[in-house]
Amino acid sequence: MGDYVLLAISCIFINNILLMQYLGNCPFLGTSKKMETAVGMAMAVIFVLVLAGAITWLTEMFILRKFGLEYLRTISFILVIAALVQFVEMFLKKSIPALYAGLGIFLPLITTNCAVMGVCLINIKEEYTFIECLVSSFAYSSGFGLALILFAGVRERILLARVPKPLQDTSIGLVTAGLLSLAFFAFKGMA
Amino acid sequence: MAKSVTQEFTKGLWAEIPPFRLVLGLCPILAVTKSVENAIGMGVAVIFVLVGSNVLVSMLRKIIPSKVRIACFIIIVATFVTVVELLMQAYTYPLFLKLGIFIPLIVVNCIVLGRAEAFAYKNGIIPSFADGLGLGIGFTISLTALAAIREVLGSGTFYGNQIFGPSFQPFNFMVEAPGAFVCLGLMLCAMNSIGKK
Repeated sequence: MGDYVLLAISCIFINNILLMQYLGNCPFLGTSKKMETAVGMAMAVIFVLVLAGAITWLTEMFILRKFGLEYLRTISFILVIAALVQFVEMFLKKSIPALYAGLGIFLPLITTNCAVMGVCLINIKEEYTFIECLVSSFAYSSGFGLALILFAGVRERILLARVPKPLQDTSIGLVTAGLLSLAFFAFKGMA
Repeated sequence: MAKSVTQEFTKGLWAEIPPFRLVLGLCPILAVTKSVENAIGMGVAVIFVLVGSNVLVSMLRKIIPSKVRIACFIIIVATFVTVVELLMQAYTYPLFLKLGIFIPLIVVNCIVLGRAEAFAYKNGIIPSFADGLGLGIGFTISLTALAAIREVLGSGTFYGNQIFGPSFQPFNFMVEAPGAFVCLGLMLCAMNSIGKK
């Protein structure tokens, strides 16, 4: 049990997917201008990533490894993720319309979120067991959500500040992300 | 189509150079620019995938139905990425290990998919080839420039060669994650102040 807690803490803080592993930066900069969109995106990523982590792990172990098809990993993972996102979208639309209304527009964007694909590949690379894979998928995506929501909070404040013209928008966003990343860097000292 | 092939090619080098003019595909840019060697390796892989997928998408653009086009693009891109992955594993194994999961992640690089959707699906084979090659080379130039700054300041080397005397204290901040964000942000700022598109 303690191992799982340690794994979760290291995935959320020390190896934070956005700020330390540099994955998922496009949605990070794209959806962080407003708090509501940031929360929506964070929830959608957590939801899809846990499912995708589990399904890609099963695909790897029971299909790719069994038949010696590891070289098809990239193609099969991206297809599994794309199909999963589509399926989740249809399922939510039919059965939980309230959740769909909240997550709706963010779901299609997740297919090309490299954080999702990245975590699935990390799970395989680190040879996690199924439970560890679930824990790490959940923890990585929570770390994504945490960083995204913190960043959105900072960015809403930046809107009120007077930023020099060439620095505006993405440029100041990246510098801010750098400072936030510096704060997360301190967690590395704990490890 | 008023634009000539040369224009399609050169726009990727300056007017629409990724990621500074088109803010897409940031993740590999931040992750592989610790050293110039990694940056060039990644750049070459992206050029190959971008040119290959652009040409193939534009060849098949009359066959692919528009409703499932994104899925088709993803499969085409994934095929080229797998080819690159296997080639790198066979011929440049140390580089393959250094780039790690960022090679398979070219699949979800927004530049590649974005060009297939925005350009190759609407244009002929030769302009698509020029567009892919231009943007790919532009992407490599940006990667190399960022990597040069980070490597020189962060570890005092350029392409693995020591360039400062032994008294040089490496500025570790630059090769770590925070330095990547700040450095890219400042480069973007410099590009913005040089000229608007």
